[in-house]
Amino acid sequence: MRLVLNIVAARRLSQVFFVLLTLWLCAVATLGASFWRLSGWPVNFILQLSPLTALGTLLTTHTWYAPLLWAVPVVLLTAFLGRVFCGFACPLGALNQAVGWLARRVTVNFPGSRGAALRARLADNRHSPWQAAKYYLLAFLLAAACFGSLQTGLFDPLPLLFRSLNMTIAPVLDAGFQALFLKPRHYASAWLLFAVFAAVLGLNMLRPRFFCRYLCPLGALFGFLNRFAPWRMGKTDDSAHGECGNCTLCDTSCEGACRPSGVLVASECLMCMNCLDACPKGRMTFAGRASAGGEEHLPEPSRRGFLFAAAAGALSAPLWTIGGLAGQDAGTGRNPLLIRPPGALDEARFLARCLRCGQCMRVCPTNVIQPALSEAGLQGLWTPVLNYRLGSSGCQVQCVACGNVCPTAAIRPLTLDEKLGQGKFAAKGPVRLGTAFFDRSRCLPWALERPCLVCQELCPVSPKAIHTRTSFEPIRFGLASLVGVEGRRLSLSGLPKPTVNLGSGDYYLRPAGLVSMNSPEAGLKRINAAVWAEAGQGFTLDAEPDPRQGWKLAPGADVEVLVRLQKPYLDAARCIGCGVCEHECPIAGLRGIRVSFENESRSGPGRMLV
Amino acid sequence: MSGPQAEGKGGGMPPEMPPETTPGNGRELSRRDFLRRAAGASAIALTGVGLAAALLDTSGPPASDVGTSAKGLGDFSLAELRGKPGRMAIVRGLADPKAATPDRRAMLERALAALGGLGAFIKPGDRVLLKVNAAFATSPALGATTHPDLVAAVADLCLKAGAASVALTDNPIHSPESCFALTGIAEAAARSGAKVILPSENLFAPVSVPASGAVGGRLIRDWPALAGAFKGVTKLIALSPVKDHHRAGASMTLKNFYGFLGGRRNVFHQDINGIIAELALLVRPTLCVLDGVSVMLTNGPTGGSLSDLKAMHVLAVTTDPVAADAFGMELLGRALTEAPYIRLAETAGAGSADYTSLTPQFLDLGA
Repeated sequence: MRLVLNIVAARRLSQVFFVLLTLWLCAVATLGASFWRLSGWPVNFILQLSPLTALGTLLTTHTWYAPLLWAVPVVLLTAFLGRVFCGFACPLGALNQAVGWLARRVTVNFPGSRGAALRARLADNRHSPWQAAKYYLLAFLLAAACFGSLQTGLFDPLPLLFRSLNMTIAPVLDAGFQALFLKPRHYASAWLLFAVFAAVLGLNMLRPRFFCRYLCPLGALFGFLNRFAPWRMGKTDDSAHGECGNCTLCDTSCEGACRPSGVLVASECLMCMNCLDACPKGRMTFAGRASAGGEEHLPEPSRRGFLFAAAAGALSAPLWTIGGLAGQDAGTGRNPLLIRPPGALDEARFLARCLRCGQCMRVCPTNVIQPALSEAGLQGLWTPVLNYRLGSSGCQVQCVACGNVCPTAAIRPLTLDEKLGQGKFAAKGPVRLGTAFFDRSRCLPWALERPCLVCQELCPVSPKAIHTRTSFEPIRFGLASLVGVEGRRLSLSGLPKPTVNLGSGDYYLRPAGLVSMNSPEAGLKRINAAVWAEAGQGFTLDAEPDPRQGWKLAPGADVEVLVRLQKPYLDAARCIGCGVCEHECPIAGLRGIRVSFENESRSGPGRMLV
Repeated sequence: MSGPQAEGKGGGMPPEMPPETTPGNGRELSRRDFLRRAAGASAIALTGVGLAAALLDTSGPPASDVGTSAKGLGDFSLAELRGKPGRMAIVRGLADPKAATPDRRAMLERALAALGGLGAFIKPGDRVLLKVNAAFATSPALGATTHPDLVAAVADLCLKAGAASVALTDNPIHSPESCFALTGIAEAAARSGAKVILPSENLFAPVSVPASGAVGGRLIRDWPALAGAFKGVTKLIALSPVKDHHRAGASMTLKNFYGFLGGRRNVFHQDINGIIAELALLVRPTLCVLDGVSVMLTNGPTGGSLSDLKAMHVLAVTTDPVAADAFGMELLGRALTEAPYIRLAETAGAGSADYTSLTPQFLDLGA
């Protein structure tokens, strides 16, 4: 038996391969050592293929970042063979094509003739002048990039697909299995990410590969790049094949709506190869000559449209700055919660590189890196911000995963030494993300006179940035009078039923009204055990009350209960802004200690402390 | 009839028969069609009435659905020792702590030999769970977590004693995978044949601690705990480092059990001694290994610097978690009153705060 692989079958196989590869690379972007974890897999490979990312960052940074060199073979391929990436490789294109096919497959089964279905498809795949829209979008994005604002990732199908899969589909699917994540993952504004993804896929019901035809700026870039492609699709009218009968079956199955039956719009050809298969006479060819039906390059090119779009893009970058939506410098109007991952460049250079692909948010072991909705302004939509209330912990001190998966080094790949300020980075000190501030109106020891100190316990730096000062404060309704004393055991009366655990070791007894200038701890005795009864209260102290310390042991003497509070203070010069304190603070709503961006390393000199 | 058909066909003309999707649609009603429609309508009506009757709730929802939790995580102490003083052996590794690298395995074997071998505690077929302290994703050199050498030694000895399986678990502060990986515990487990149970959400179930004396019945009530890790477990061994802890006085064996709790467990820090005493009742270990080889004297329980540690080269093995911690306070050079939970746990009946009452065997590896 001879296996013949026709070109359409090969294209489908290739698309399935790239979709599976994308899913696999999404799945393995979890920290860990086993083969299905992040153990050397090139998780950014698909993202790095995008020439739009390469060109966008080239315009914003004037360099071609080495990992983006994968875009070069794609450019070469497109220049010579046309948009093979769209037809054979693009995983979002493949999904779009699959949805479009499914949507139309149903209509074929509806009553009515096959002819009606074919006519409907012909109408669906008719070339439209609106296909020019993506070129205007591309002009807008590249013009904005020229002025330092990289927005290509919002529409580039590769970052779009990765952030959609990683932040909406994977967490939902995995919630039941917990194969990827131990705890269900949370991503702020996941609803919006999903709405966009669902819209992109759903639009295929309107037109096959709607996004690819009308919106995709990467496709538009390919449309420019294939301008001089020597080989392209086209039909032949020659003696060998006879004249074209204009049956338009080629148009009927054309995914790119590039009009293969007539004047071919070469920039729109997605290389789906369907026309090769559809022509009953085999007149369609992929060859080094123009189509017999004629050829033009771009759909309805309009110089005014380009100029308008480019001008809008060029203006958008400075307008964002003027509008204060994304404060470039930490002094003006910046959202205090705009805390970037460790290694993030200063805000202007960060926004010149971030694709919003979500790889950092995917790989973060504590799920603390979140897509910004409003924190970074419109310009920074879906860029990574740290939200210490979400996630399973703060930014883990011994982790540098986010920077090491960032495809464009918007987050620099740090070493542990650099992050922690060790070794040759000792003089520079650790990377700071911000500073923690106590909210004394919400902190348990400060506001509610209850011992706590979780923040101090978990502060990971040595010496800890959170330190304490101990004070003893009388509790409410804490006055009682002595009934009897028997060594370390005291019987009291008059204490109302306590609302705290007086025998827990955090509470002390002292003669009432005893104030000592020299030692605030004079006369204090720790309560080791407390029994409360309506008739009287029994206390066991850790030492016998001593009359030399002001104790009057006669019945009727007044005593008071005090709570020992270790009140937390912050040493800002040692705080690295990791946010473990904020995450672990037991005040679940608005935390009693909160981190904001002040003193972050990336802001450079003058960030807060002098 | 509505617009398009009427207009399209120029009035009067009967519209083209649409495909039949509902019985009797577009035709004069026949008896047969009427009966079919009546049956369909009755089925829908009956389903509605039936559902309402079957699932009728006249009282409305209760304020909460608590009160159905399991009582604790289990008692894994040896039956023959219950109500009696526990057993204890304390090994000093080297006369000069700075002279050489510690051999935790040798120390452990020496202590166990004095207690009759691990076979006195682990029987063939036992399924052993090790409670390690893997709270932080830091290097084992920083001493904030159970040392991987100790994990490997205990797991290996358990399997040699005939244990059917050895697993280890903790619900750490940092991301669990990172914690087990960076502390070297995952690697030690793989090396010795123990399984790491990561604290995934579905392993947590609510438990309560019944009151015992002045302790219990108050904090851990319908609280999520790592109950899933105990499935089939017959023995529990706690492996804990000795660490400074500003709020609790010290973090050793009983504080290590905090890692069995889930939820927003940090609220319990308001009553740190109360919660640790309840943890002593939450679960009773078969054996406790307290690792004082490198003691964290400052900046605990996270540490973060080698200067926070002091080499002491002491390892204690005991059946009594309270005695273990009482001994640990001595290593830290602190009075028992600085960690009031130890006495509280004793009054609750979880063990003895006077470790000398166990008549511990003092052994010296260096001799």
